[in-house]
Amino acid sequence: MAETLPRRALVAAGLAAAMAPLPRESGATPAEARDLLQRLAPGAAREGRVALRIEAIVDNGAQVPLVVSVESPMTEADHVRALHVVADGNPAPGVASFAFTPRAGRCEVSMRLRLARSQRVVALAEMSDGSLWTASREVTVTVGGCSA
Amino acid sequence: MAEPARWTVRVFVPPVARRGEAIEVRALVGHAMETGFRHDHLGAIVPRDIITVFSCRHAGEEVFRVELSPSIAANPFFSFPARAMESGDFVFSWIDGDGRAQEARAPIVVA
Repeated sequence: MAETLPRRALVAAGLAAAMAPLPRESGATPAEARDLLQRLAPGAAREGRVALRIEAIVDNGAQVPLVVSVESPMTEADHVRALHVVADGNPAPGVASFAFTPRAGRCEVSMRLRLARSQRVVALAEMSDGSLWTASREVTVTVGGCSA
Repeated sequence: MAEPARWTVRVFVPPVARRGEAIEVRALVGHAMETGFRHDHLGAIVPRDIITVFSCRHAGEEVFRVELSPSIAANPFFSFPARAMESGDFVFSWIDGDGRAQEARAPIVVA
């Protein structure tokens, strides 16, 4: 009994530490994410032409696969110039900004994100004619990927 | 000029392609992508250490470029399309926030 007590204390301490709220960085807000997109690509974006493939419920926020594709012929006259991805609940909303040329052939990129908590992932495509197209997906995250 | 880094990198392009075909290119770099938002066991902030730019060149032109943030997962992986224009190399380049850089090459034969 004398031997098990310290172990119990340790286990209890460990559990308490594991359950204590993590020191929380103030996450970005949807408004900050919108502001960032406005800085990156000013103007009004329409819904469409952009598709996000991402799980709706994510177990591990540290490695979240994401595929973004944009409908475009990718010719000299009509192509995707830039693609921006933001996550509106991470400590900083910016995820990645891609530059494309007609030499891509088509517009699709796959990557892996960190998601700190449940939030919305937004993609915004800037076309060669200056038009902006967007799509977003709400993602529920079980275990966050930034503070651990 | 950027000083060389010693990251483990893996790159892939198909060995053979038709001219103008949009092939799938994949690139992975072994890097912790330390966010700068974490604290160590003493409560001090672990400094940010991330790769900030990854790009790929082929046939004398940049075909793909991405600016990364701490929201990109550790060991950054990207897969993207590129038209195979001529036999030669795809040249990949990674640069971190301190200016360290690394390059990798993958050859392709264009028929």
